[in-house]
Order: sequence, then C-alpha cells, then structure tokens
Amino acid sequence: MSAKHRQELLRTMVLIRRFEESCAELYSATRIRGFLHLYIGEEAVATGVMSALRPDDAVVSTYREHGHALARGVPLDALMAEMFGRQTGCSRGRGGSMHLFHKETHFVGGNAVVAGGIPLAVGLALADRMQGRDRVTACFFGDGAVAEGEFHEAMNLAALWRLPVLFCCENNRYAMGTALAKEHAQTDLALRASSYGMASWPVDGMDVEAVEDAATRAVEEIRGGGAPVFLELRTYRFRAHSMYDPDRYRTKEEIASWRTHDPIPTFADRMRAEGQLDDDELVALEAEVAGLLARAVEAAEQAPREAVEDLTRFVTSTALTNTAAGR
Amino acid sequence: MTTVTTVEATYREAMREAIAEAMRADERVFLMGEDVGSYGGSFAVSLGLLEEFGPERIRDAPLSESGFVGAGIGAALGGMRPIVEIMTVNFSLLALDQILNNAASLLHMSGGQFNVPLVIRMTTGAGRQLAAQHSHSLEGWYAHIPGLRVLAPATLEDARGMLAPALADPDPVLIFEHGSLYNLAGELPTDAGAVDIEHAAIRRSGEDVTLIAYGGCVGKAMAAADLLAAEGSSAEVVDLRTLRPLDDATILASVRATHRAVVVDEGWRSGSLAAEVSARITEQAFYDLDAPVERVCTAEVPLPYPRHLEEAALPQPETIAAAARRTWEGG
Amino acid sequence: MSDFTMPSLGADMDEGTLLEWLVKPGDTVQKGDLMAVVDTSKAAVEVESFTDGVVESLVVEPGTRVPVGAVLATFAAAGAEPAPPEPRKRPSRHAAKMPVAIAEEPLVSSPLVRREAERAGVDLATVTGTGRGGAITRADVAHAAAPPAVPAAPHARPSEGRRGPARVTPYARRLAGELGVDLDRLPAPERRPVRATDVRAAAAGSERPAPERPEVAAPAQADRREEMRRTIATVMARSKREIPHYYLTLTIDLDRALRWMRERNRDLPVAQRLVPAALLLKAAALAAAANPGLNGFWVDDEFRPGSGVHLGVAVSLRGGGLVAPAIHDADQLDLTDVMAGMRDVVTRARAGRLRRAELSDPTITVTNLGEQGVESVHGVIYPPQVALVGFGRVTERPWAVDGLLGVRPLTVATLAADHRATDGFTGGRFLAAVDERLQSPEEL
Repeated sequence: MSAKHRQELLRTMVLIRRFEESCAELYSATRIRGFLHLYIGEEAVATGVMSALRPDDAVVSTYREHGHALARGVPLDALMAEMFGRQTGCSRGRGGSMHLFHKETHFVGGNAVVAGGIPLAVGLALADRMQGRDRVTACFFGDGAVAEGEFHEAMNLAALWRLPVLFCCENNRYAMGTALAKEHAQTDLALRASSYGMASWPVDGMDVEAVEDAATRAVEEIRGGGAPVFLELRTYRFRAHSMYDPDRYRTKEEIASWRTHDPIPTFADRMRAEGQLDDDELVALEAEVAGLLARAVEAAEQAPREAVEDLTRFVTSTALTNTAAGR
Repeated sequence: MTTVTTVEATYREAMREAIAEAMRADERVFLMGEDVGSYGGSFAVSLGLLEEFGPERIRDAPLSESGFVGAGIGAALGGMRPIVEIMTVNFSLLALDQILNNAASLLHMSGGQFNVPLVIRMTTGAGRQLAAQHSHSLEGWYAHIPGLRVLAPATLEDARGMLAPALADPDPVLIFEHGSLYNLAGELPTDAGAVDIEHAAIRRSGEDVTLIAYGGCVGKAMAAADLLAAEGSSAEVVDLRTLRPLDDATILASVRATHRAVVVDEGWRSGSLAAEVSARITEQAFYDLDAPVERVCTAEVPLPYPRHLEEAALPQPETIAAAARRTWEGG
Repeated sequence: MSDFTMPSLGADMDEGTLLEWLVKPGDTVQKGDLMAVVDTSKAAVEVESFTDGVVESLVVEPGTRVPVGAVLATFAAAGAEPAPPEPRKRPSRHAAKMPVAIAEEPLVSSPLVRREAERAGVDLATVTGTGRGGAITRADVAHAAAPPAVPAAPHARPSEGRRGPARVTPYARRLAGELGVDLDRLPAPERRPVRATDVRAAAAGSERPAPERPEVAAPAQADRREEMRRTIATVMARSKREIPHYYLTLTIDLDRALRWMRERNRDLPVAQRLVPAALLLKAAALAAAANPGLNGFWVDDEFRPGSGVHLGVAVSLRGGGLVAPAIHDADQLDLTDVMAGMRDVVTRARAGRLRRAELSDPTITVTNLGEQGVESVHGVIYPPQVALVGFGRVTERPWAVDGLLGVRPLTVATLAADHRATDGFTGGRFLAAVDERLQSPEEL
C-alpha cells in the first residue's frame, strides 16, 4: 500500500484520537455537556470502513460517532461547534455529541437508540434499489444492538429484499457494562448474522488495514450483486462507556492487554518498519492536528448560539420560526 | 349551472382509489406493509393494486413493524414517497421507537437537514368486537408528538382526498382510518380529489351547542344532533379532521357562537385528545362559555369482547346527546 | 502554571469527594496520567491530568467534598522546585449551589396577593395568613378588605365564601357586564348555575329591570354596605324559600347561672370576668354536641353532620350588616376561652379582620339580640346550616319555683330549625339541654 495512503489513514486515526481527548478535557472542565461517548481505541474501524466508501454512499451511525463523522469527512469545525451546541455545529447545535448529522457527506446521523438506526439504513438502501442507484449504505452499531429486536427485523428485511447495506457491527465486547458473554447465548456475532442468509465475516478491528481490506471487498460485493454484507469488527474501547465510569465490569489487566493492540502505535510501527514514517513526520502530524483542534475549539467558543426565538424551528419543514400552535 | 356526476363508493374504495391515483401520478410512491399485496390488505384497502403496480411497489413486508416502518423512514430520506400501512394502531406500538425517535425527530435533531416525507396509514378504533388488542384509539398519543401531522378522515371525501396532500407534505403524516368506516357507503363526485388537511370542518350547523368529534365518532355526533333536534335543540357538529396541528380557529369560532361544547373522543378520557381540545377551549374561550365543557370518551377499560360491554364502553349518540343536555340543564 | 481541578464526571455531577491522591508534590506527571480517585455520587473514579507538569502542592485533603471546577492541586512550571504542601482555604462545599437556607423564611404573599392588597388598600402586615405555612391568601385579603356580610345568621357553605348567586358561568358573567346586569340581584336558579339566558332575561326587563349603574362609583364603604345588604337579601330569601323552618321557645331561669358567675367574677381581674353571653354560648355549644342532628349542614338532599361544634356568633357591624364568625370547637373550650373567643371575634369582626375559615365554617349559629333589649328572636337559618339559636334579653320576672313565687332573671331561648333535617322532638331536646346546662353552671 502506498505511503501516502497509509499516512492518510494514520492521520485520520490520530485526528480522531486527539479530538476525543480534547472532548474529554472540555467535558471535565464543563465546557461541553450532555452524554459523551468516546471512540478511543476503536479508531481503526471507522477509518478503515470509511476509506472503502464512495462519496455518494450513505452512513448511518450510533451515539459513539465522533470517529465515524471525522473519518467520513464531516468538517472538524462543524463537529466541534456541535459539541459546544453552537449554530455553526453540523446539526446547528440541536443534536450534540450523540446526534451528528451532515447532509453533504450523506452522514445520516448519530442515532442514540441502540439499533434504532438499522431499519433506517435498510430504508435508505431500499430507496437506492428502487431508484436504480448503485449506492451502498454503511450502518454502524455495536454488539449490544445485536440483542435488540430491531436488529433482527432489519437484518431479515435487508437479506430478504437483497438490499445494498454494509452492516458494520463494532464488537467492543461490552454493551455499556454488560460483557458479550453475559448478553448473548451465541457470542459469535458473524455466525448469527449468517443465519439470515447473508455473507458475514469477522475482522480484526484493531488493524486499520485489515478493516479497510474487508470493507473494500464487502462494498464490491454489495455494489456488484446488491445483497447485504455483515462485518463483525472486533475492537475495544479504552475508556469508559460514557466519559467516565468506574470500570467495575472489566479489569485493569484486560484494558492494559488490549492497549498493547492500540491501533495507532501498531500501525505507526508498521509504517516505520517499512520506511514510510519517521519521527519528524509523526511530530509534524501531531502538531498539525493539535493546531487544527485548538482552532476548532476557539472557533466553536466564539460561534453564535441559536436564537431562543428559533426554538421550535425545524419541528416541521414549514415551521421556519416559532409558532405557538406549531405541530 | 354545472352538474356534478357522482359514483357510489365506500370509504375503503375511496382510500384505494386515492392510493392508486397517487401511485400513478408519482413513481416515488409505493405501498409497504403486512399483507398489502397478495392478500389484498388486511382490510382489503389495497385489493387489486398488486396486479396494477407489481410487487416492488405494492410491497409485502414481514411481521416486523419496527423494521418496515424504519425502512419507510429510510426510504423517505432516500428520496422515495412511501405509504406504510400498519394493520392496527395497537400494533403500531411496536414501531413507536421509529415513529417518535426517528420520523418525528430527525428534522429537528439534524438542524433542518433531514426531513422525512413519509405517510403511515393505520386502522384505529373499536366497534367490531375485536377485544383489547385490536380496538383501541391511540391517535391521541400520536397527536401529542411534535413533528407529526395526524389526520382522521371521517367521510368519503376525506378518505379519497387526504392522501394526496399527505404525500405532498415534506414531513411525516399519520392517517388513522376508523375500522367501522370502511364499509361506509355513499356518493362521491367522480372528480373527487385532494382536500385541505389544515382545517376542521363544520358537518352540521347549529346554535345551541357545539359537538366536537373526529373519525369514527363524527357519525355518532351527527346522530346525537338528530336526537337533539327532535327535542327542539340545535347542535353544531365540528369534525376535527386534522388532530395535529389542531385547527383552534374553527373550534373556537363555533364555541363562541354556541357558548357550549361537548368533546367526543373514542380515546380514554385521562390525558386524551378530548382533554387537549377542552383545555384549549377553556384557555381561549373561557368568557364565552355558558357551561363547563363536557367530554364523552371511552370508558377507562381495555375494550372487552362482548357486544353489550363494548357498546357501553364507547361514546354513543345517546351519551353525546345527554352531555349536550347537561350543558343547559343541571350541572 | 495551570491547576488540577475537580472534573465533571457526568452530566449530573456538580460536586465530588476527593478520596485519594495518586500523586505527591514533586511528582512529574504527563497528560493522561492518573492524579486522584474521586467519588461521585455513583462511583469512585480515577481521574487523569490533562496537562504535563510537576505537582507543586495538593490543595485538597482526601475526604473533602468540593464543587466541580475547584482547584485540587497546582502544578509548578517545569523544573521549578515544588513548594512544601501548604493548606489553602478550602472552597466552600456549597460554593456552587443556590442558597437553599432562605427557604426557612416563611412565604408571605404571592404577587397576586400583593396586587390585590394594593388595589384594596389593605396593609398586608395586619392580615393573618390562613394559607400553607401561614401564607396570606387572596381570600385573606378579600376578607380584610370587606368582611363578607351575613344576616341574622352566619355565613356561607362550609367550603365556599362566595357572595352573590352560588354559580355563574363565565359567559353569563361577561354578558352581565356587557348588558349592565347586576348578578347579585338575579334570583339564584335551582340546581344549576346562572346562565346567559338568565342574564338576558334580566336585561330585557322581562322579570325585573336591571338597575341603572350609577355613573360615578359610590365610595367604597357605601358600596360594600350595599353589597352586604344584597348578599343578606339573597341568602335570606333562599333560606325562607328552601328551608321549612320550625320554631320552639323555652324560658330559662338564669338565677343559678348568674349567681355562680358573679361569685366567680368577684375573684377575677376585670379583663377575665365573664358576661352572661359566654354562659349562654357555652350552654348552646354543649347542647349542640349532645344533639348532633342540629349541628351541621343540609347539602344535596341530605344532612351532613359538622365535624366539631363551630359556634357561629352573630355580630352586628357598625354601619350596618352582620357577620357570624365561628368560635371553633366551642364545646371543648372552657368558659374563659369561650369568653376570650367571643371578645376576639367581635373585635376583629368590627375591625374587618376575620379569617376566612372563621366566616365560612360555623356548624350552628347563635344570635343574642338580648343586648338590643328584645325578648325573643325567631331567626332565619343561614343555609346550609340547619339551626339557629336565639337568646332574648335577661329580664327579672316573677317566676314560680317549687311552688314558691319569686323574682328571677329569665331569658327566652328560641330555636329555629330545618324540618328537613330534624323534627320538633330533637329541637325540644336541644332547648331542654341548654336549660339543663345552665342549671349546673359550675360544669359549664
């Protein structure tokens, strides 16, 4: 793989990592609020999958979606402004961390109801099929979603109607604090997906290139034949479910052991070994990202807030301004 | 002078014709739901449409309300104009997550980027001895949700004419078809078409009291007005038609003229749409009221199977007339 | 150099307790290193540093609860010597909170009450609140401004203190204003509110012409008197129309009672001395307690006994009109308290400072027109009460006791009672009980 492409993958992962760290700090200082679900540890998944998509493909995401949005190309400033709830945010500040939307990149949202976005992705694919477009819809969800009824309804629909959906199950081994084995009778999620009659395979979600390869193959299949594909991306989140939690449900040793598979240094080391990265480049990359983030934070803090008079705007397409009896 | 030619039609046929017309007019429109195709629709609304439009556009869905309603939302986001049919409002609860958390919320949550031009049709209401899991009137719950438009056609004209503007609406619209109305027969103009979905309608003019009803209760309110007329009192009947957003102006104008209001609602009384209508009257026409607002709602019981109990639980012309009388007699 | 502060560990976290330090002064830390363990209300969590630096001082000791944002430790500039730990002033535990202690001060009056008081010219400092926690209610202000009128009998139904016809629809009230119809002069319809048709009929003059409203408002005092008069008219008319009264009379010998009273008064300071009326009231209260059928209300075609004997005391007001505030649980009070209660309500009634409950909940009323010199009172019951007791003046008359004629102080006690609630037999027993109590004054 070319050095340039690898550097792009690395840059995306570093950008996601530093963005998330920045969010943690801003959150601790109460400058951003709400719930905050960080993607630290899982960067290779979003980076690899998005790299396999075309600009006109659609993405449906979850509430742990900062990384998806960044990798998809949603502008950094618009994402940071959304964290601050500002008008310049990608959802005009109305969504916050869990509801990032961006029409230009076909990023159809952070959905904060577990599995709630999966039927939606099936519908987007149905529209593409009915209108003869060869677009793919990538749908992200976690291992927790596999226990939801909506997951199974949507899997069946997609397989039944052979719809162009790339199901990306980010298996980070915990549904909030419940371990995989405590919530699934059959923990091999790829095996379960295959029971719907669709192609499915597990992937090392800590290896960005493995993810990219799998996603590329899957997208080719989908675009060629139209049937959905299920990828079980095995990964791990290094931080708490939401900002902080006491990690009562897992051991420090377990976290430490997964940290040895940290996708960023692992990948950087591989690049170094193959002469595609040196320390100066890495320092320059970090400096560039730090600068971008500092500017994004500053811009977000100075950005205007939505006017309170516009509170009920966007409840309906016609309600551009607040009306007392608006629906 | 022009002559209006009419045809004999039922509510079911009017609805079917509305769907067919919309599908002929717009390639993006398709019908999706349980048994809408080969079976012809659980209430036979879509009978014959499969033959005309084929299985892609008359799309049978598996029994997964949340899945196919969500797929309808996604298809709407993807540029289609889906009509999703849910067998009854009781089953729609399986899709409530999709309706509330996605269809009604996406536009606002995305800061105006993603609107959902989706129509969901479903049967509602009692009167057919279908007991407690097929008979309830939960449209009032949906009328609670910002972001939705909620329609309740009570006449042939509305059954025929509400779908087109609902499909033209850029946002999600729910159409509640009262199960007892499908066989309602009457004359429909041959050129019947789109109707307005903004306003309530005066179905009968009167001076002494305003009977406010919608859907399956409009006919009962009309019958109550007949009973009252026989006693020398004249009742005005307002058909809400659009349950969200409510047409306050029409309701209030009528109440301001009659000074008395009876709200009829097949939903349960507590926290009902009737409560909302009553509250709006009290808020906006308090000084015009010559009696407390009366409500006639369904008894607070999961609807029972036996006919006599079901009838006793539901609003009836007699109970509506009695409520009207209370506004000028005792109380 | 920057500080290490209490982080916010969740959307609902405003403060946290520092449980343990994981660093000490002089330690070099890097961004991401764990600094301390913090207890939120949910869990103990290890918290990290967001900067690189050398720990200079630990400001907060383990076990201390501080608000989010409070400085927990300071960092020295890289290379600087760490200062010895130095206790710093701890941030106040409630620094970030609203001062809730203020709530101990009682809520006095709402904006509405203040506005009404200003309109009516009532000094809120003189009003006793009857609301929750002693708050002054709108009704308190209304009563302070104009004590509701009561005829020869006391006030309204237990739960209502309204004047005029019992119920008027909002539209009828509006229409009355538009057509210049005086609602207080409308006959109260049977079992339904006054409706627009009633107002229209009055306006059309078909039943009674609506009086012309004076162009210029009369002085408030006269208005109030007029209003009170009208209320008395309405209520008394209703009483006579609806209540089938029966009347009983008994002449009572007060010789023993008054003799006992004078004996007792001799040893007491003037302020604590009894007057005959106190004895009569107490006797009536005890008799009412013994005959509960006369103590209560006729509502919705049935008798509802009063909870306790709340004795209405008819008080005529200077300038005309009457009120009948209640002495609560009069049968339970000793004579001194009855006396004090009587003085208190009379004084406050005349000053226009009665409490709403006193006016609205008598269960039976006593009128003592004896003070005016009349010999007996056949009163009109105040609905929904079912009995009114009257005492005439105490006069010395020839009276036979045990076959001997003597001069005795006598009073004529009367009872007007609602025949729907009781029969004459009960009424007779009541008057006999009053007599009996007055013959044993020491037990009063």
